[in-house]
Amino acid sequence: MLHSIRNTFSLGFKSLWNRRGTAALTLASIAVSAALLSVVDRVRTDAQVSFANTISGTDLIIGARSGDLNLLLYSVFRIGNPTNNISWNSFETIAERREVDWLIPISLGDAHKGFRVLGTNLDYFEHYQYADGRTLDLSDGSTFTRATDAVIGAEVAERLGYEIGQPIVISHGLTATSFVTHDDNPFTVVGVLARTGTPVDRTVHISLAGMDLIHAGPGEFSLPSSLDSYEPDAITAVFVGLKSRVAVFSVQRFLNEYEREPLSAVIPGVALQQLWGLIGVAEYALLGVSAMVVLAGVLGLLATLLVSLNERRREMSVLRSVGARPGHVFSLLLSEAALLAFLGALAGLLAVQLAVILVRPYALAEFGIQLSVGLRVFDFAVLAGILLIAVLVSIIPAWRAYRNSLADGLTVKI
Amino acid sequence: MSEPGAEYAHAVSVEGLRFGYTAGEEILSIDALVIEPTQRVFLYGPSGCGKSTLLSMIGGVLVPQDGRVSVLGQDLSAMKGSGRDRVRADHLGIIFQQFNLVPYLSVVDNVCLPCRYSRRRLQRAESDDGTVEASAARLLSELGIDDRLRARRSTELSVGQQQRVAAARALIGRPELIIADEPTSSLDADRRRDFVSLLLTECDSANSTVIFVSHDQSLASHFDEAIDLRAINRAERDSDAA
Repeated sequence: MLHSIRNTFSLGFKSLWNRRGTAALTLASIAVSAALLSVVDRVRTDAQVSFANTISGTDLIIGARSGDLNLLLYSVFRIGNPTNNISWNSFETIAERREVDWLIPISLGDAHKGFRVLGTNLDYFEHYQYADGRTLDLSDGSTFTRATDAVIGAEVAERLGYEIGQPIVISHGLTATSFVTHDDNPFTVVGVLARTGTPVDRTVHISLAGMDLIHAGPGEFSLPSSLDSYEPDAITAVFVGLKSRVAVFSVQRFLNEYEREPLSAVIPGVALQQLWGLIGVAEYALLGVSAMVVLAGVLGLLATLLVSLNERRREMSVLRSVGARPGHVFSLLLSEAALLAFLGALAGLLAVQLAVILVRPYALAEFGIQLSVGLRVFDFAVLAGILLIAVLVSIIPAWRAYRNSLADGLTVKI
Repeated sequence: MSEPGAEYAHAVSVEGLRFGYTAGEEILSIDALVIEPTQRVFLYGPSGCGKSTLLSMIGGVLVPQDGRVSVLGQDLSAMKGSGRDRVRADHLGIIFQQFNLVPYLSVVDNVCLPCRYSRRRLQRAESDDGTVEASAARLLSELGIDDRLRARRSTELSVGQQQRVAAARALIGRPELIIADEPTSSLDADRRRDFVSLLLTECDSANSTVIFVSHDQSLASHFDEAIDLRAINRAERDSDAA
């Protein structure tokens, strides 16, 4: 039995090799379809993981009244712009609540050479968590002690080639080439954060005092003696950690009903769910299209096999004459389809691996998506699925060859 | 090793055979045809008289609508398709007019092909020469195929060489019955005679029965017996008369 299967596959392989031109094209179309399916699913799941890993341990995000998603996107992912600021008074009110464990004020709106600038205080380095509770680590230098100190993310350091002591100029506004730059207020890089795989890597962190310094006119701002006691007029958003998660909903309700200014408080997980809901439709559409491409690939395989049947009638009756049974002819056709599908899908999946290794750094730098290398369960499902569909579909040409071999006898008129 | 060939009286026996591809249109109607073991039979007749159809039935690929076809004492008409396939794989070597070889296999692989489908012929080839490949190599060199051609793809050979490779394939594992369906029709006269005498020499040393079909009666002298299919096929006579 095993011997006969090996026989059939070695014959099938030689037969395909003999027609390697068309076989290679069929194989390529299957490879492309497998690769597409694998890539779509990989990017989809890796993007979800990367997004979900961006913030951890924060129970609430508070900002000016806006949509939950908008608040999440600009405060955590640095995507889009804040609608409005919230006053320092509100920050202090929140800080006074007994459910609150810690608060991180953040202030956004400026950029340095295309990287977002985030004003905050030292609590950020102590309490901000990502990827299941990991806190930020410095790979070099220290956190800021002066208003003009800056701590940069790993990606900023790498791309701009900055080291400790590098003087930098922060422009007002978000574009890389802003008209208003403040050459008279240079900042100094004092620390570089270890890589996190989150938007933190692409952020320049400065103190809240430094943030106000940028926006003040010449001579309007005097540097504070201590950063700890510095109080800005307004900030963009607040990350809140509670002593007990049980209090989340009551604190959220309090903030949403806060009367002195309109606030929004969102639970990061809930906002992320909204995000999935929004992009889920597109993801499934992409997966659906990819599945259709797989179907097209397999139909191409079917067409190739069917077209080859007529010119192979002679070969089939030769095989019959040397003792091959109709079942052998049937399984020869199946083995060819299986080989094409298996090798094609495998080639596609391996090509994806290679591509992922190549574009990984770029995906991380540009989109903050940490692509994973290595075959996954889904890839094996793709492989098995394509193999199964190909074998099922090739029953049609195999059955035809079987019928032909019975009808033709030992002679085919050509 | 059991030799099922030891007990049978006739290599081929046909009784009351009737066959037509479509109903009402009879191609073959043979009352009796007997071929003795180790006999060399030359079967001739014009094209379209049913020679290939008769061979397909002896080969167990087609089944008569009526009558009996026995090969080596085994009644093919009483067997299922898989049984007839087994008889063909184990006991028959078949050579066609042309395009005998599987294009994607090498010369040696083509010759060894029957041993993929028949354990009996595999064992006999191994007991003859040690390995199947050695057996194939011996047959090829006896049939005048140069050593250097063995690894070539079969499509690179001349027609005459291809026919000799097909003969080697039919002979590997010493099947009891060799069926050759116009194997020389694409060869010139000199090569025809060479081919027939080489084939018959090999069949002699393998003790095989030979049924050689051709419309070229000049070859008949090589054989023990010449049978005109028109003489025994009543269907053909009837249609001639009509």
